[in-house]
Amino acid sequence: MAGKHASHGSEPRSRWAAGVAPYAEMGYYQPDYEPKPTDILCAFRFVPQDGVDPVEAAAAVAGESSTATWTVVWTDRLTAHEHYQAKCYRVVPVPGTDQHIAYIAYDLDLFEEGSIANLTSSIIGNVFGFKALKSLRLEDMRIPPHYTKTFQGPAHGIVMEREYLNKYGRPLLGATTKPKLGLSARNYGRVVYEALRGGLDFVKDDENINSQPFMRWRDRFLFCMEAVNKAQAATGEIKGHYLNVTAGTMEEMYERADFAKQLGSVIVMIDLTIGYTAIQSMAKWARKHGVILHLHRAGHSTYTRQKTHGVSFRVIAKWMRLAGVDHIHAGTVVGKLEGDPATTKGYYHTLRDDKVAADPSIGLYFEQDWASMPAVMPVASGGIHAGQMHTLLHLLGEDVVLQFGGGTIGHPDGIAEGATANRVAVEAMIQARNAGRDYLHEGPDILAAAARWSPSLKKALEIWKDITFDFQSTDVPDAVVTPT
Amino acid sequence: MRVTQGTFSFLPDLTDDEIRAQVQYCLDHDWPISIEWTDDPHPRNYYWEMWGNPMFDVKDAAAVMLELAACRRAHPEVYVRVSGYDRRLGRQTTAISFIVQRPAEEPGFRLVREEGADRQVRYSTIAYATDKPAGQRYAPRT
Repeated sequence: MAGKHASHGSEPRSRWAAGVAPYAEMGYYQPDYEPKPTDILCAFRFVPQDGVDPVEAAAAVAGESSTATWTVVWTDRLTAHEHYQAKCYRVVPVPGTDQHIAYIAYDLDLFEEGSIANLTSSIIGNVFGFKALKSLRLEDMRIPPHYTKTFQGPAHGIVMEREYLNKYGRPLLGATTKPKLGLSARNYGRVVYEALRGGLDFVKDDENINSQPFMRWRDRFLFCMEAVNKAQAATGEIKGHYLNVTAGTMEEMYERADFAKQLGSVIVMIDLTIGYTAIQSMAKWARKHGVILHLHRAGHSTYTRQKTHGVSFRVIAKWMRLAGVDHIHAGTVVGKLEGDPATTKGYYHTLRDDKVAADPSIGLYFEQDWASMPAVMPVASGGIHAGQMHTLLHLLGEDVVLQFGGGTIGHPDGIAEGATANRVAVEAMIQARNAGRDYLHEGPDILAAAARWSPSLKKALEIWKDITFDFQSTDVPDAVVTPT
Repeated sequence: MRVTQGTFSFLPDLTDDEIRAQVQYCLDHDWPISIEWTDDPHPRNYYWEMWGNPMFDVKDAAAVMLELAACRRAHPEVYVRVSGYDRRLGRQTTAISFIVQRPAEEPGFRLVREEGADRQVRYSTIAYATDKPAGQRYAPRT
């Protein structure tokens, strides 16, 4: 690459002369290219190595993520190479940084229909290790309907999930069973029963609850379904527990998922760590068997969190909507895990809306038309509690699962009371909002009024009143001040 | 027990004024109102009996409240719910649904466990009320 860069700007030479040529001169940089409606568009944030021209670096990203290799090959001339070359059509510096954004267009013919694995092997396959770049991040991707329509999409989607569960007009409520590790199956089922009878809609396995020595999966499934059915009879409501079927092989996952279905579970769960192809397979399974599919984004922060490296979560969210999950963890803003309000809003739009406009203030570089693909239910989990209900409703809206793990199980009067506190809080807030109250500002008053008749909520508000997680986010949109 | 289906079952029973405020919210969003009743509160009893068609052309909460009062008079001893429907593309589903009348006594549900091989249990949820024929399931209101 050093050689390639050194030659950039020198005498014009034949595109086909043997040796090393700048990517920009090989057709990977075309500032006058007008993207076609069928192109897949990508925005990459990159920092070139010292002395590397940003345009050449951007062209190299286009080249290395499509047809190019490090030297000229005559076999390109056997192809309609202009068609297959990715084209960088814009390079924009990010003010106040050494970063640039490269906009690159890829022809649809570069990708296999219905395969996240193929899409990602192309676009993030090799290029992130490229020596001429200090850092690289895939910020956003526009996926045209021509490609979207080759994917199944969410097994059921938000509308079908609500109709199936018979629950409307408010966020759904959940909790992750705690402690994450170590409970026996019988004790684990106790937590599930108490939380569901107390008022939650769902309880959830954690990402690392699979089938360990302290609790094997089959035992957990049996005790959890006893808990779910008992709570259903105690309340007259449909209840669910996300049975995590994540396992070492596809065959093992199918076996666990089939057992969950046979026991009548409305929902199963997988982790992002199982891989894109396994996720797509489970989404097919989930639609075929009428079981909702929950995805925990385990591991994503290794590549989504740092602003100059990896793949933005908004891109992962798009891939997962294509891959076909019904639920995905997408941030809480106010909880214990990373989540700038504007950036998180962008994720929620990406998951729930049908036509999403480009909006740099919330991190969306491109418009996205989902062409009626069902929506994914975002899940907000990690360090949230009933006292934040007005803020949560304001930031995250109604089509969301709010998961209060510690905020249910840590209630001093018991798990069921913790669940009741959360349910009273959400219903009181929805009622007040619908009745025209300024619920965001009057939120604490609305909760206090409900706490006068709900001792469960009163206790929850007392114990968690001072809990906030107020840290600077790492992943914020450019040139947007983080609200405090 | 208390059947906790619907958007507001964890709150104290809504007063008529509170119901009217929720109805107004629906009408403000162009969500027509439906009134439905049932004497079978099974969690998967999706189809309650319709008190007429959805009120597509009613824009006045007071008119909805008159219909609700009529439904309550005709069916004073059973469950009644009010729902708002969102017909927009991409939704085309219920937007909100809440119980506005419930029986004086809610006997709840029996959980039936049919024990099978390999520790598997087949569960059924049965409303005690449905042990009796339709129309005789809940005591008349006095």
